[in-house]
Parts: sequence; structure tokens; C-alpha cells
Amino acid sequence: MNFISKTKADFKVVGTRVPRPDGVDKVTGRAMYGADITVPSMLTGLVLRSPHAHATIDKIDASKALALPGVKAVVTSADLGVPEDDYLRDVQDNCLARGKVLYHGHAVAGVAAIDMATAKAALKLIEVSYTPLPHVTDVDAAMAEGAPVVQEGRADESVPEGSHPNVTTLQEFGHGDLDAGFAKADKIISRSFKTAATHQGYIEPHACLASVGTDGKADLWCCTQGQFFVREMCAAMMGMAASQLRVTASEIGGGFGGKTTVFIEPVALALSRKSGRPVKIVMTREEVFRATGPTCSSSIDVKIGMTNDGRITAADAQLRYQGGAFPCETVGMGAQSAFAAYDLDAVRTQGWNVLTNRPKEAAYRAPGAPMAIFAVESVVDELCQELSLDPLQVRLINAADAGTKSSYGPTFDQIGLKATLQAAVEHEHYRAPLGENQGRGISCGFWFNFGGNTCVSLNLNSDGTVGITEGNPDIGGSRASISMMAAEELGIPYEKVRTIVADTNSLGHNDVTDGSRVTFAVGLATIEAARDAIRVMCERAAKVWGIDPDAVIWEDGCAKPSGHNAGAFDPMSIEEIAASASDTGGPIAGHYEVNAEGAGVSFGVHIADLEVDPETGHTKVLRYTVFQDAGKAVHPDYVEGQMQGGAVQGIGWALNEEYIYGEDGRLENAGFLDYRVPVASDLPSIDTVILEIPNPGHPYGVRGVGETPIVPPLAALANAASRAIGVRMSELPMSPPKLLAAITAKG
Amino acid sequence: MKNIHVSTKVNGDEMEFICPPDETLLDALRGRMGLSGAKEGCGTGDCGACTVVMNGRVVASCLVLGAEADGAEITTVEGMSTGDKLHPLQQSFIDNAALQCGICTPGILVAAQNLLERNPDPSETEIRYWLAGNLCRCTGYDKIIKAVQIAAAEMRGA
Repeated sequence: MNFISKTKADFKVVGTRVPRPDGVDKVTGRAMYGADITVPSMLTGLVLRSPHAHATIDKIDASKALALPGVKAVVTSADLGVPEDDYLRDVQDNCLARGKVLYHGHAVAGVAAIDMATAKAALKLIEVSYTPLPHVTDVDAAMAEGAPVVQEGRADESVPEGSHPNVTTLQEFGHGDLDAGFAKADKIISRSFKTAATHQGYIEPHACLASVGTDGKADLWCCTQGQFFVREMCAAMMGMAASQLRVTASEIGGGFGGKTTVFIEPVALALSRKSGRPVKIVMTREEVFRATGPTCSSSIDVKIGMTNDGRITAADAQLRYQGGAFPCETVGMGAQSAFAAYDLDAVRTQGWNVLTNRPKEAAYRAPGAPMAIFAVESVVDELCQELSLDPLQVRLINAADAGTKSSYGPTFDQIGLKATLQAAVEHEHYRAPLGENQGRGISCGFWFNFGGNTCVSLNLNSDGTVGITEGNPDIGGSRASISMMAAEELGIPYEKVRTIVADTNSLGHNDVTDGSRVTFAVGLATIEAARDAIRVMCERAAKVWGIDPDAVIWEDGCAKPSGHNAGAFDPMSIEEIAASASDTGGPIAGHYEVNAEGAGVSFGVHIADLEVDPETGHTKVLRYTVFQDAGKAVHPDYVEGQMQGGAVQGIGWALNEEYIYGEDGRLENAGFLDYRVPVASDLPSIDTVILEIPNPGHPYGVRGVGETPIVPPLAALANAASRAIGVRMSELPMSPPKLLAAITAKG
Repeated sequence: MKNIHVSTKVNGDEMEFICPPDETLLDALRGRMGLSGAKEGCGTGDCGACTVVMNGRVVASCLVLGAEADGAEITTVEGMSTGDKLHPLQQSFIDNAALQCGICTPGILVAAQNLLERNPDPSETEIRYWLAGNLCRCTGYDKIIKAVQIAAAEMRGA
């Protein structure tokens, strides 16, 4: 048998801009999101949350709530087990506090009642006795001697003796001789940075509907980035067999990493089990801000040495992240990504995670990388200013390339950083004139990308059309790109393929939609499933023709004899093969199951023009261009959409967005009015330039593209602002008061 | 609190419902009239996911009481298409990839339709300010603005 492998010139479907299969549903209001499903006899669930930043729970008395007519169940952590696994226990303790509340808004109890009004009344009747404890919310303060201890005994073996108990991990990366490297430098700059915590800000609040039968069978409908992970977590917490809990992912109204864990789902399941009725919980926006995952806030020191001609001789970064009240590994990804764009002889990063009385961190688009790379790219920019060097040329001189031993260990395969930088150098934007109070900043960005566990089933329908069953919620148009790759491989039109996202009982395990993995890994599995089906179809044609299967090839949606020697048969189309399947051996399907590797790292470069009003500190983004290596852009519109959307989230992080805490440890801006995400009138067009440096790990060269674009805006805008006002900005967000203070201090 | 009887017109259809006096129009649309196209993103009028048109004005239906709908004419996203034909804005959003997750899309479409009824030829800046009350977290707005411009041009030509 001979399988056709696609080369660049061969693509017929991949690379086109076909309409998305979920388009009509989403423009007509038919698409069903987490909060859109209702079932008969459904109860309304609500969650009681901590009024304290840190306190012990001495007693919970629900008797008055349960006595209220219409209240059907109250649950607390006592209704779930105590998992032995640390990670699972932390996730569960975040869903329902056990013994102690660790942040303001931490869930304490759940209630289910016949309607919202009754549920609200019942919440007020649950009596909780607390003993408040001292709290800490700042990352540096939480490491300092005498800081309140958030949780005891959570440090892993990497943490040096004598560290504060809030320090849970120290992750270190690098190679080479730092002292020798700094000795070679003509100029060394050390600077400290701080970045605020930001929220993913998906517009759809978390929502779920749980239904547990008295026979122990349960169904859960929820908005999530990973229904299999939800099942794994919830089944363990509920003491259920995975087979008995079917989880269906609704359409998802944004996630950006924040819907890769569970919050209300175990509470709804426990309430449903206790009440014997379906229970729906929908978070309010305030709950989303107070109790779901923001990203880490950070405090970072960077030291870089450079020669007069722009070669980096040594680089060192100390990163301190807080990821809330539970141990968090995100700082490790910050420490790994900080210097990924550079080919360095001497580099070290050390990342410290610190517990604080804040909500448990959840992944946010390239988790850990934006703040680390912000700090590094700011210092590189300052060195360029001090040494009168062109910032893009300096990055080209030092850029990582194929064969570079990366700052975090692995040696890079084929990567697109230099090509991306070169595209930026050649772009008209880089040479466009600037006016008064305006600055231009650039920054590189990086993300590892991920492959992971993936299953795909491809079913040939009797009319020759194709159904794809995959297990990853579609957050950026992946059903379209998966259908496109199947159509490409099979040689049939895109319109003949329909891809659905299956529930947990319809397919084997799939990892969460994260790490920019879906177009890469599910795409790879889809192509392989198509090849599996093609092999079967060639066998069927061979059987009909009475020739050897090896003498059949697949081309343009048809089985064909491989040459004159194979026999003179007319091509047999996929429709003909499908129609005769029951006579040639039965239904035809293709499968592929893999723990995909070879995701291929992703680099991008952003150019930002910013104007700063010297009288108010108000900023305006004037022009913005994103350059990124996509490997192969399966659907260029959606690749551009990722580049634009990620850039704008980064712009918000750089300029506006922050979690603001009061002295009382309460979040002061838990709403979209005061936590200000960018709106349409804040922004210019976001221009995009897609580069295609194929990823050798994917049959079509695809790389993940979703995460890298949130990384560069932080430094690109800080560098633009610093150049516009002549003062180095080292704290994010660069809100008008901060910029005005910097301008005023300069005099 | 005594429930209120409301008679209203939604997408051209006469509708009646009974609701508590403190129930929002958004909850009445979603919970009593089966129109779940409008979404609750914040409940405080900051995100625009619940945008509908009431008596010709764009409103955040989470800030309007269901009782206020009595005697009013309301348009939601469900009323935009005619039979099997999409409104040019809806088609343009699909053709120009102006949506990703789609949760903000109904509100943005309704707001944009109202803009084009008032001003068939808005500038980019006018579109950006008109839609400043509708948050989108996925797209960076770029393709949304272009989709509205393209639909507007098509509607002017039609």
C-alpha cells in the first residue's frame, strides 16, 4: 500500500478560509453554552463563600437553611472524601474549603433549592463560625520573615532550609559560567520588575448541570476545556467509577486556560446526589473574579550582560510568583521560558513559588511566560538604548536557532525565530515615523506548545461522507481545522466532513484543550485516522478487483490501481466504497490513539507604537503588528484570530488589567467595570504576518499558535512607553497614574 | 412580592409571561420565553453579552426589568434572520471569521444591526465606539470591526 503524504504544493483544503461549522449556530443564538441547558425537575444551586481572607472554619450549621421550605440539600467538604493525592486534594479543597478558608470568596458550602430566590435565602441561613487569621496577598511580603503562614508543610524537596513555609518550590534552569560571562560584558544592567495578577476574563461564567441517579449513574454538562479531566477529578472526589460519570462539554464561551480545572462541578454533583434531583449552578461574574483562577502575580529580578556590539554574554533571572493559596508550578514555566529566544553561553533562571491568601491560580494562555519574558525583554531593550543598538538587530544577533541548546535544556529543532525577526525588520511598520510623545517597542515571545493524549475516530457514512469524533472542546475553530485536515488527507471536499466533540463515554481519554495542542495533536491523530481508513478502503477495492491490496493507491478521494501491472480498473470513489461496504466486509472506520510528541515550539515578534499623554499618563495604542511562525496555517483566519486575540489580552495586561487588593485582603475590583479589559474603542487594527516554518513533528508541519501571542505585548508596550517618556517602566499594568508618576518624577 | 403579568412583542411575536417584579428582562427572555441567545456575562451592564433592542434602543437586558417589557417591542438575535436566510451581518460574521467562542456574538450582532439602522455608513471609529460596550475576549475586535464594515457596504449596495 502506498499512502500519499502531503507536501506544501499539494494542499487543496488546508490553507483555505472555509466557513466554520459552528458559525450559523453562533450567529443565530442556537449554540448551547454552559448556562443554556435546562432539564425537568432541575434545582438551582448556589455557593456560600468566605467573607474572610484567611480564617479557620470552626462550625457550619445548616439546620436553619434546611428547614426553609424549598431547600433540598446543603453540602460541605464533609460530603466529599479526603483524597490522598496532593493535587486532587488541593483542587477539591478549592471547590469546598476543608477546615480553613484560604482567601476571600473561597467556597464553603453549596445549597440546592427549588428556585433562585429560595437558594439565595438559604445561603443567608447557613451559619458558619470563623476564627479570622492574619493574611498576606503580596508575593514579596509572603516570603518575608514573620509573614502569615498560608499552609504549613507544603514545600517540596527543592526548597532550601530556612525558607519561609509559604515558599513551596524552587525551580532552577540554565547552563554555563555566569561569572565568566558577566566578566566579558561591556555593559551589565540589573533591574527589578513587578506584574499584577490578571484574569482570563472569558465572557461566559462557569456553569454546569449535574444529575446523579440513585443507581449511582451520573451525567454532568458543563463548560470546560476538558471533559475527560473533569470526569477524572469529579469521579475521584465523588468516589465514583469513571464509567458511571458521563461528562459532556457544552459550547464554551472562552477559556484561555481558566476552564482547565473544576470549581462548581463537584459541588453540583454532591448536591444532586444528596437531593436526588438535577442541580444547575451558574457563577456570577463576581464569583468568577473572586474564586476562579487568575494568573500569578510576580516579582522578578533580571541581570543581563552585553558587549558593545550587542552580544549577550550572560543572563540571570530570579522569579518569584504567587499562585494563590495552593502550591503552584507556573513559575517553573516562567523560569524555562524567560530566555528561550536567546542562544546563550551562560544563563540561569531560578523560580520560587509562594503561597498567598488569594484564589488558586489557573492556567492563562502561555502560563508563566508573559511576565518572565516581559522582564527579560525590558532589560534587553534598555541595553539596546544604553549601547545605541537597534533592538531587532540585537535580537537577531542573539537569536536561538535550530541546534541551539535552549536556556531550559532541550536543543531546538527547526524553529522560526530568525525568520520572524527578519520579517519584522523588513516590515514597513518598523521604519514608519513617530510623533511627539510616541514610542515604538518590540518584544519576542515564546511558548513550548504541547501534544499529549489524543484519540480520534473517523467513521465513513454509507453515502461516502465522513464523521470525525474527537474529544477536545473547540475554543478557537478547531472543528473546522480538524475537518479540513481530514478532507485534505482523504481527498474529499471539506463540506463532506463533520467533526463533533464527544462526551466522555463516547471516546477514549483526551487531554485538556490546552498548551496550543489541539490543531497539532488532534490534527495529527485525525490525519492518522484518515490513513487508517484509507488502508481499509484500499483493501476493499482490492477485494472487489481481486488484486493485492499493495497494488492499490489512494488519490483524490478514490482507490486506484497503482499502475498498469496492477490491472485496468476504473478508480473506485469513496462513495462507491462506502455504498458497497456491507458486501466487502462491513462498516469502515479509522482510528488513531497517541500520546503525541513533537509539538514544535513557537516564536513570535510584536511591534507596538504607543502614545503617552504627558499631562494625564493616558495611553493610546497607535499601531500594532504581530509576526508569528505557525508552522502551517491550517485555517489562516483562525491563526490570525489567535494572534490578534492573544495580542489584545497582552495589551490589557500591559496597560489596564490588575487584581487590586485592600488591606483587608479582599479583591476590590471584582467586576468588568473596575477590572477593565480592552474594548473596541481602545484599540487599533491588529495587523498580522504569518510565517510558515514547518514543524517536523506534524505530517503537515503544523505548530500550535494559541499561546505565544499573549507573551510579547507586555514588553513591547513597556518598551514603547519607556522610549516615549524617557523613563524605564518596570511595573505592570502601566495604568495612567503609574505613567504620570514616572513622568512627574523625571521632572 | 406579587408577580406581574407582562404582555410584550418579541421579534414580532406577541408574548405573555408572569414574573416577579425584580426579575430581569434577560432572565425573562431566557427562562420564560425560551430565548437563550442573549447571554449573561456579568449581570451589571458591563459586558454587553445580553444586548437586545427595546423600542429601538440598544439595552443591556440584565439592567432592564422583565416588567418594563410590558407593551414594548423587543428584538433579540433570534429575530435577525428571516426564514432560512441570515441577516447580512450574520453572514458577514461567518465569512470574515468575526467570532471565536461566540458567546459575545449575539449581543454584538444586535448592537451592530441597530448601528447600521441609524447610520448605514459608519466610520471605523464610529463602529469601535458603538461597540465599546460589548466585550469580546477572543478576537481582539479586529475581524468584528471589518465584518461590520463589509456587511454595511453590502447592505448599502443592496
